[in-house]
Amino acid sequence: MSHPTLEDAHAEPHIVGPKVYGLILLALLCLTALTTGIAFVNLGVFSPIVAIGIAVIKMTLVILFFMHVKYSSRLVMLTVGAGFFTFIVLITMTLSDYMSRAWGLW
Amino acid sequence: MDSQTVAARQEGEIAHHEGAHPHYLRHHFETVEQQKEAVSFGMWLFLLTEIMFFGGLFMAYLLYRNWYYDAFVSASNTLGIGLGTTNTAVLIISSFTMAMGVYCAEMRNKRGLMLSLSATILLGLVFLGIKTIEYHDKYTEHHIPGANFSIDDFVHPADKRDVALAPDVAQHAQIFFFLYFAMTGMHALHMIIGISILFGLLYKASKDAYTTGHTSIIDNFGLYWHFVDIVWIFLFPLLYLISRHPLH
Repeated sequence: MSHPTLEDAHAEPHIVGPKVYGLILLALLCLTALTTGIAFVNLGVFSPIVAIGIAVIKMTLVILFFMHVKYSSRLVMLTVGAGFFTFIVLITMTLSDYMSRAWGLW
Repeated sequence: MDSQTVAARQEGEIAHHEGAHPHYLRHHFETVEQQKEAVSFGMWLFLLTEIMFFGGLFMAYLLYRNWYYDAFVSASNTLGIGLGTTNTAVLIISSFTMAMGVYCAEMRNKRGLMLSLSATILLGLVFLGIKTIEYHDKYTEHHIPGANFSIDDFVHPADKRDVALAPDVAQHAQIFFFLYFAMTGMHALHMIIGISILFGLLYKASKDAYTTGHTSIIDNFGLYWHFVDIVWIFLFPLLYLISRHPLH
């Protein structure tokens, strides 16, 4: 049986340095200030959408850089993606159930 | 165990003693890279179960906010945005110091690693301290759900921008505070567990456990700490921000 080389399955080991971490920290703090400031602006129904949007951007930065997913193998990327995809599916299905349950009853 | 396995194991032991591979490489892995991959894959699977765990709480919050919107808006505006924002910054900086810890472990910099872990512990404790102040405020305001909960602040709001709620509607503010304590409390529990582990890591780091090439434990703890940070990144806007009264 021929052995597939292990190197095929793994991403190059990559050490993320203080420079990248520092930039991400700065971006995260700026986004925190931004989202707090925007909370006092009257955006109507868009207020939660903007706040959650900024939170998603912050989460993406943390996952990609602090948690090294940008430099990880495809297996890890797929695992993380599958987790969030499943989470979104569950939320969507539950909410669509609550929204549509009473349809046709009035 | 058949004789062949025993022989193979003995052979492995011999190789082990001869230093053919690093002592931390387990025998069921072929290379250090393969072991690292498996270790971080396992950690991610654990974190996925955590997403589902907190996901249930987020789902409950989403639904009840939809049902009892007015009570949720009034209740959310009683939270201190200054303390909330400060805590968000503190936690983000602690994620940075933890990331620096992972970097120092990879660079085999023992002093840097110990400094980073200590800073992470300190910032984690500051976060919990600020959280305690917030919880104490809820206590003195009678905003903790249960027998001592008072609807006064919601029936006769001090802030003119707040809608004066009918007493039965104001009772629903208890659901907001129940979810507030459940979500931030569960998050704080994760922080307490994290800080306890950090003390252990700091002790072992002082014994050179992570600065001789085997960084998997530090890497995985970093993943856990960043995950707890991500949970807060979503708790902060949901609890503190999205229902805020506009300034104008």
